[in-house]
This record gives sequence, C-alpha cells and structure tokens, in this order.
Amino acid sequence: MSRLQTRFAELKQQNRAALVTFVTAGDPDYATSLAILKGLPKAGADVIELGMPFTDPMADGPAIQLANIRALAAKQDLAKTLQMVREFRVEDSTTPLVLMGYFNPIHKMGVERFIGEALEAGVDGLIVVDLPPEHNEDLCDPAQAAGIDFIRLTTPTTDDKRLPTVLNGSSGFVYYVSVAGVTGAGSATLEHVEQAVARLRRHTDLPIAIGFGIRTPDHAATIARLADGVVVGSALIDRIAQAETPQQAVDGVLGLCAELAQGVRGARG
Amino acid sequence: MTSFRNGPDAKGLFGSFGGQYVAETLMPLIHDLAAEYEKAKQDPAFAKELAYFQRDYVGRPSPLYFAERLTEHCGGAKIYLKREELNHTGAHKINNCIGQILLARRMGKKRIIAETGAGMHGVATATVAARFGLQCVIYMGTTDIDRQQANVFRMKLLGAEVIPVTAGTGTLKDAMNEALRDWVTNVDSTFYLIGTVAGPHPYPAMVRDFQAVIGSETRDQMQAQEGRLPDSLVACIGGGSNAMGLFHPFLDDQSVQIIGVEAAGHGIATGQHAASLNGGVPGVLHGNRTFLLQNDDGQIIDAHSISAGLDYPGIGPEHAWLHDIGRVEYTSITDKEALAAFHKCCRLEGIIPALESAHALAEVFKRAPGLPKDHLMVVNLSGRGDKDMQTVMHHYDEQEEHI
Repeated sequence: MSRLQTRFAELKQQNRAALVTFVTAGDPDYATSLAILKGLPKAGADVIELGMPFTDPMADGPAIQLANIRALAAKQDLAKTLQMVREFRVEDSTTPLVLMGYFNPIHKMGVERFIGEALEAGVDGLIVVDLPPEHNEDLCDPAQAAGIDFIRLTTPTTDDKRLPTVLNGSSGFVYYVSVAGVTGAGSATLEHVEQAVARLRRHTDLPIAIGFGIRTPDHAATIARLADGVVVGSALIDRIAQAETPQQAVDGVLGLCAELAQGVRGARG
Repeated sequence: MTSFRNGPDAKGLFGSFGGQYVAETLMPLIHDLAAEYEKAKQDPAFAKELAYFQRDYVGRPSPLYFAERLTEHCGGAKIYLKREELNHTGAHKINNCIGQILLARRMGKKRIIAETGAGMHGVATATVAARFGLQCVIYMGTTDIDRQQANVFRMKLLGAEVIPVTAGTGTLKDAMNEALRDWVTNVDSTFYLIGTVAGPHPYPAMVRDFQAVIGSETRDQMQAQEGRLPDSLVACIGGGSNAMGLFHPFLDDQSVQIIGVEAAGHGIATGQHAASLNGGVPGVLHGNRTFLLQNDDGQIIDAHSISAGLDYPGIGPEHAWLHDIGRVEYTSITDKEALAAFHKCCRLEGIIPALESAHALAEVFKRAPGLPKDHLMVVNLSGRGDKDMQTVMHHYDEQEEHI
C-alpha cells in the first residue's frame, strides 16, 4: 500500500478525517519552510501538500500568490523543493507528502527526470492545477506508471457527465474544491458540501478531501464530519505573512495546525 | 499537398502546441464554448449577423492602400498597407470582439471580462459590451495603466470597470492571470473575451477565425488591384492575432512569403525583450503549450517592449507551430528601430501607426529596399498610434536632450 492509502485506511479505522495542510515550499525562505514542514506531522497534519512555487499561480488567491512571490524571491526552485522533501523524509517515513503546483516548472525540468527525482525524494502524489484529464499523457500517466499518485481536483462545475472522466485518472484521494474560485476565497455552505460529497461517493471509492475557504478549527471540524479529509492552506500561509521573524512563522503555522488538528480529531466524537 | 490551414486537432493542438491547460473549474465551460462556437460557425444567421456588424459597425472592409511614398523611400518592393487602424476603435481588435460578443449573447452570458495590455483590446471589448448592453470588467496592469491613460479613460467612458492589476510587473501577463481568476470565480455568469490567438482551445482557433477577415479581404483586394497574390506579408506579433488574421488565408499559397515580427525590446541579447519565438523555449502558460520567456526553473520572465501591446512573454500556439515547421519566418525589431519606423510613417504617409504596427513597418524598411519593384509586399497596419502619444513624447524628449 502507498503511504496515502495506508494513512487514509488508518484514519478510517479511527473514524476520523485527515487534516491536510498546504504550505508553499521555500516560503518565506528555505530554512524556515523546512522547519515548518518538519514540524507539521507533530502538530497534527495527517497529509502534507507542499506547493511548488510558480510566477503565475492563476488559480490561487492573494495569500498563496504572495507565498509564491516570497518563496521565489528567496530563490526557491523545483530542485530545492525536491531537496526539501528529501530532508523531510530523513525523519519521517510515514506522513504522505503531495506536491502541488503548476505544470511549467515540471515541463521545464523534463517530466521523466522530475518523476525520477520525486520518487527518489519520497513524494507520494501530485496535484497539478493546470493539467486536466484532457492532458493525462503529459504527466498523469507516466507518474502513475512510476507509482506516484495523481490527485485530481473536482469542482462545483464538474457535472455528472464529466465526473467519470476526471475520476478515471485519479488516485490517492479526490480533492473537492468546494467553491468555484481561487484559493482562500469564501467558503461553501454546509448543504452544498454534503450534496457534493454524496455525489462524489456515488462515483468513487477514493477518500474525499474538501478544500478552499476553510480557515478555523470549528469550520474544519464541521467539514471533518462529512468528508475524509479537510484541506487548509491560505489560513496557514497567512501566519507566515504576518510573522515578523522566522521563529514566529514556524510557531504561527504549527500553532494553527495544532488547533485545526484538535478540531478535526474531535469532530466525530 | 497537406494543408497548413486545418489546425487545430480535436484536442486543440497545432502539432505539439496549444491544448487546454486550465483548472478543472474552467474545463466544462471551455468545452461548452467550443461546442457553441462550432454550432455558430455552421449557422448562416450567425454569419449574417457578423457580416452586418463588420460592415456597418466596424467599417469593413478596411482599405488595402498602396503606400506610394513609403515605396519611393525604400526604392524596392511595392508596399501596401492593410488599413486595420481605420476600423472602429482604431485597431484590428474589434474584429475579434464583435465575433465573441455575438457568441457570448448566444450563450446567454451577461457579464464580459477581458485582459488588456495597450488598452486597445480593452477599448474594443468595452465598446461591444456597451453596444450589446452587457456588464464589462477589464483587467489591466498598473504599468500599462500608467502608459495608456487615454485608453483607460475611453474604457470608463464606454461604461467598463477597469481593475488595476498590481501583481508581477503589472503588464498583460498579470492582467491575464487576474482575468482567469475572475473567470473561475464567476463561471456561470461570465464570458471571458480573450483578445489574442492564445489561451486554451478553442480561443486560438476562434480568435484567428474572427481575425481572418483581414487576410481574406487582402486576397480579394490584391487580386482586384494587381491581379495576383502578394509576394510577401509582414505583421507584428505580441500574442499574434493581427498576424494570424492576415497570414491564415495565405498559408497554403507557397509563393507567398510570410514574416512575423516580434518585439526585441532593448535587444534579444539583453534579455529585455518580448520575442518568445526568437528568445524563448516551449512551456505551458495561460491554457496553452507554446514558446515562452522563462528561466531554467520554468519561471516566467517578464517581457519588455516599448509597445504595451507586444509586452507578453508568450505567443499564440499556432505561431509556435508555424515557426516549428518553418512555414512562417519570425524576425524581431528593437524599440529603437520601431520608433524610427514610427516617425518615418508619420512623415512619409501622414499616418500615425501604433507602436506595435511600427515593428512591422521597421521590418519592411529593412527588406523592401533589396527587393525588386514588382514584389508586392503587404504590411498589416494593425492599429493607429493615438494611444502612444505619451510614450513617443517621452522618447522624443530623450532624443532632443541628446541633440
């Protein structure tokens, strides 16, 4: 079993949802970002999404745009992001880690080389925002053939007709983007999320994680009652933006992560 | 002979360029748009309506004008100007806007968004939105707002809301990112009116089709005036819509030499330019695979050109393909060369060209003198230069100071 399968199976047994955290690699700088990454599992993150910085994050709202700008200004690149995963894996061989970002930096590195290095570094899955199933052959197919999960985003606009196409190439888990919009935008109603999860369950046995607009422990707890995973990104990244020192950034992110984890873990109690 | 005019394939690819590299939220919408456009293409009522607006609202056909004084000055090829600058709103952009707004209306969309660089596409979009009573939001980088204030005011006069984009360098690429963000947020109500032959399929093909009226008219007009096809075509390229519009109807005419002119800014060697084909490598941005200005890590590099309309780090995927297979020759012209051509055109023909079009003219000034007098050369005068007064004045002052 892959790390993702193992983790979601364990949590299912414990009857609780996964807390999935997103931070951008290299934000605000390599050392601080690595300290955050290494601290996340202890702070209660069950699955880690690590953003690969890109100059033009078209699907992201202001918080993650700024995170990308900070990381790139600190000279983060794809090679360093992979290095960060390697350093993370020295101490942690169980927490699933998913790289998330846009296709161009991977395209530039070369798909074959990227997959090889990602695999060797200990990457479990990929989320590439601008690679819909129409372009499976570009990265999804070779990544899966090599044993890396390809996690798809499904959205409120993915209708029943299209859903099988999207889910076909999915593995690891399914990421439901609960609002049509950019990351960090307003959140969906509970009713909408309930219906969406029910609809997805009719089409797939994969775990379903819900993201976009989830910011507080209470909100995370509410979602954790409905879905298999709760994704939080912008709210964590805001803590980095607000920090005046690297230590404040680390403490801020890990502090919020611990609160969110408490919310998620107590949700179904 | 295989045709060069059949692209893209069902996946929106021209060779290995193009495609649909967008977030899932937009995919269903893009498929809808492609299907709706296919239907519209087959519908005689759509064609009739489009023809009506092209003629009575845009002012088509635009003249194919024999530039006698430019020809004399160069002393070689016979130079014709395709006068797209005489269109309503002063550039070729309206050809595409009229087509897309009619499509938006068919699809029942009430809100139009667009990105703009020089502001010409923004003005053209605001114009057609006003004409059809639709809400209009234009994204424009703050750098471009500063250098194109007259166009910002025109858009506001036409009832559009202009949203300044501060991200990145505040130019066309950043405006396009922000328009895409708006689109994923307002998918149901909103039609994204892309201004060039780029973006996810079907945009590159659709915008090309709406602009191809330029080349089709040129064929007929040249036939009427000279009784034959032109020998060469020259057009400037940012995203590449005016060029694609002129070139496409001639792609299968092997006798016609086709030249696209990119913006070399301060010179390609300086790294400060907007020449994606001459100074970039293939990558994926804004929904399509094409040539991009990027660094070794695949991060997009900001383009530079004196002309805001060419200031984009990518290029339409069909151009990338035509470059790849060698059907079209792509050259580049620096800021300085474009400015010199701008002044020559003003003085010799009494026509103030857009700085974008001045890049094409500069290429003509390089080529025409060495060509025989019976060589028929068409240059696309894609826009008028009224919007560039501020920029040109600024450089004029600099020149005066040097003197």
